Amino acid sequence: MLKLGVPSKGRLMEQTFEWFAERGIQLARTGSDREYAGAVTGVEGVELVLLSAGEIPRELAAGRIHLGVTGSDLVREKLARWDATVESLALMGFGHADLILAVPKFWVDVETLSDLDAAAAAFRAEHGHRLRIATKYHRLVRDYLRQHGVADYQLVDSQGATEGTVKNGTAEAIADITSTGETLRANHLKILGEDPIHASQANLFRSLTADWGEAELASLAQIDGMVKAAA
Amino acid sequence: MPDRAAIRDEAHRLRRAFEAAGAEPFEGAILQPADTLLDLYGEDIRGRAYVTADPLRGEQMLRPDFTVSVVQAHMESGRGEGRYAYSGLIFRQQEENPERPSEYFQTGLEIFGGDPAEADAEAFAMIRDQLDGLPVRAITGDIGVLIAAVDGLETSDIRKAALRRHLWRPERFKALLARYSSTEDLARLRGGLLAKVKAGEDVLAEAGPEIGLRSPAEVMARLGRLVADAEEPPIPAEQVALLDRILRLRGAAWAMAAPLRELAGVIPSLAEAATRMEARLAALEARGIDLDTLEFEGSFGRTTLEYYDGFVFGFLVDGQSRDNWPPVASGGRYDEMTRVLGNGRPVPAVGGVIRPEQVLKLREAQC
Repeated sequence: MLKLGVPSKGRLMEQTFEWFAERGIQLARTGSDREYAGAVTGVEGVELVLLSAGEIPRELAAGRIHLGVTGSDLVREKLARWDATVESLALMGFGHADLILAVPKFWVDVETLSDLDAAAAAFRAEHGHRLRIATKYHRLVRDYLRQHGVADYQLVDSQGATEGTVKNGTAEAIADITSTGETLRANHLKILGEDPIHASQANLFRSLTADWGEAELASLAQIDGMVKAAA
Repeated sequence: MPDRAAIRDEAHRLRRAFEAAGAEPFEGAILQPADTLLDLYGEDIRGRAYVTADPLRGEQMLRPDFTVSVVQAHMESGRGEGRYAYSGLIFRQQEENPERPSEYFQTGLEIFGGDPAEADAEAFAMIRDQLDGLPVRAITGDIGVLIAAVDGLETSDIRKAALRRHLWRPERFKALLARYSSTEDLARLRGGLLAKVKAGEDVLAEAGPEIGLRSPAEVMARLGRLVADAEEPPIPAEQVALLDRILRLRGAAWAMAAPLRELAGVIPSLAEAATRMEARLAALEARGIDLDTLEFEGSFGRTTLEYYDGFVFGFLVDGQSRDNWPPVASGGRYDEMTRVLGNGRPVPAVGGVIRPEQVLKLREAQC
């Protein structure tokens, strides 16, 4: 049985269901509203597994599900060497979100990463500690800043309301997901640089560690055919 | 593949050899306070060390090396000179090279105080003596030459400090150097902002409310530095080309002091670096090191942890790419770190480590 993991609630679940329906595969929740059970029609041998979107990368990596729908940001953040663990079968065209770095708007001297680095050096000399960047995307942000040679910063964990951390004095800058930038503007922050740290969207991922028997491969070929036919 | 008990025994045997050569044994804790290491290495260390939490002591790290705790212990002792040997497990995440072990034995040696050239040669020779007869080749470098070259550039102290800060990040260093030597109008790049600052306009008036710890005064101070920097003449192309030549120097170590002397014609501060190098070479020769087979690379030691600031060395497996084989031994001088950990009191320091597992592997391959 091929196990397909999809987000268990909200807009992401609805869009996932729509995306598959457009390709001739019907996914549905069954039972009561509160029961996390599902059914799949239109393709043979597939079992629906409803999961929190944030847990799907881990389940894919552990091989407990064969396919999974989740954001590329979560896969890259949560999986070390993600490209050796999962493979993207399709970009799904929804769930768009950019991971960006933002600083207070009144920092008119800071427009680029090079500026941020220089400001961080001066900040550390002035305040005696490193410039703090609040985020929950530790791996992505650290890799990005290392790649671009930014030093004298530190990451502080923020699992929500990250845009407020600067005003609250727990961080000097933030790295977070944004789709419209509205919340950033409301919190007097501006985005740094032209390209985001990562432009994320929902992907259909295939686990490279799951047990792929004949039956699962046959179901995969069928799904793959239907996805490609619609492309 | 040597077994773990054999590796442990070899690690301790090497330490006793260092002790026999005059070092005192050092025993440190595996759990280290994370803030010291974070402060020293920056956020990158989180991707390389294991972090754990103690309910009372806060964030702790499994030691990624011994050096930091040896330096701390020595600085606390208040002594000038000291020689320490240690052996034990260190812990490193290996996300980039999962085939490498994430906990392994290390034997090391740290020398504090004394004449720098003599101490450099002593540390190098003590490690070399333990690798005698193994198929390894020694490569040396000198971060002090790079620092001297940067210090001698015809440019502002602010630019020199920025370049020094990024010596260990080659990409950023290159980008900075390109900007500082560019003849382009730097003020133009910021869309007139610097012109307004110069004209005394209030550029923060419309910029939004002040939030966070970084104050408007700090923003204005940096703008002031940018205005001054835009007026700074470019670093002469001749000097940039010379930095490039230093980074590309490669060859027998004994043959390197002469070209440095020559380059001192363009950057005078290199003369001192050449003198230090000559003193070190003489000290190495006096300890019986064959200078003919000792290699030198101008960029060696630039991409390791950012604390070496003078002589650096590594012993690599002969005929093997350094990407596939971690060095059998490595080390270098780190005067600046003692100043940071010693609250401003610097003590010259040099040290190195051997990986006993690599030593055993090479010895097994010889049988």
